[in-house]
Amino acid sequence: MLKDSIGKRSEKVRNTIERGAVRKFAEAIGDPAPIFIDEAAGAESVYKRNIAPPTFPVTFDAGVIPELDLPSKGLIHGEQIYTYVRPLLVGETVYCWMEVKDYYERSGKMGRMGFLVMTKYGENANGELLFTEERIVIISEAVRKGMGA
Amino acid sequence: MIGIKELRAGDSLPEVRLNPVTRLDLIKYAGASGDFNPIHTIDAEAEQAGLPGIIAHGMWTMGNLAKLFTPYLEQGFIREYAIRFRGMVFLGDVVTLKAVLKDLQDQELTFEVAAVNHDGQDVLKGSVVFSAELPDL
Repeated sequence: MLKDSIGKRSEKVRNTIERGAVRKFAEAIGDPAPIFIDEAAGAESVYKRNIAPPTFPVTFDAGVIPELDLPSKGLIHGEQIYTYVRPLLVGETVYCWMEVKDYYERSGKMGRMGFLVMTKYGENANGELLFTEERIVIISEAVRKGMGA
Repeated sequence: MIGIKELRAGDSLPEVRLNPVTRLDLIKYAGASGDFNPIHTIDAEAEQAGLPGIIAHGMWTMGNLAKLFTPYLEQGFIREYAIRFRGMVFLGDVVTLKAVLKDLQDQELTFEVAAVNHDGQDVLKGSVVFSAELPDL
């Protein structure tokens, strides 16, 4: 039962924001701006270093939530929400984990749809929160039956 | 470029019209993001999933949309970025990125943002809260 997964969380995983990864990501979203990729521009900026684009946390490893066995196919991405305390800096280390925040079902045109709300958290080495990334995944009735849920 | 705090409610940031979406765009995003779901890159997999063809990663479009704010990142930062995925983006689609200032409170500017396809349909819709106060680092 997906409802039983609410509150389950992964172990923290250490991620380093690599310059090359930020450059590739910025290019892939068509935004290779100096503030993200040019070292001199970063040093002269108000942040004194390069920063990462706001959706860069999709690349972070946040571990595995135990007993949450989602299928690799048939999931629909419904919503994505970021909150930041400050921009993430190139070169810094971020500790990430994930939690199932909620699960609910609603009836619609395509049957009874499941909504799984998962939040990724990123902290610095002192355990201070830097960002959250919430993802709402929609799971159709057919896909849930395939999972035995 | 103007100071972002000079904007008033109802003002828009300059729109950006993306080039038609190519398979290479999505292959690059798959590699850069680590999202290798094959419905974004391989025709047969997309068809098997009941789609008429491969579709862009929602996060590719969301990543693109944020660039409207990149020119202002020396004046502040994105505190909140919330998107609802409303429609699919296919190969060849031409997507336009938009942001309109809805509310200006003290140091926080709230924008309504959208990515619109060439048929005028919103494929992404949401909001950005831009803090015009620089953070403590």
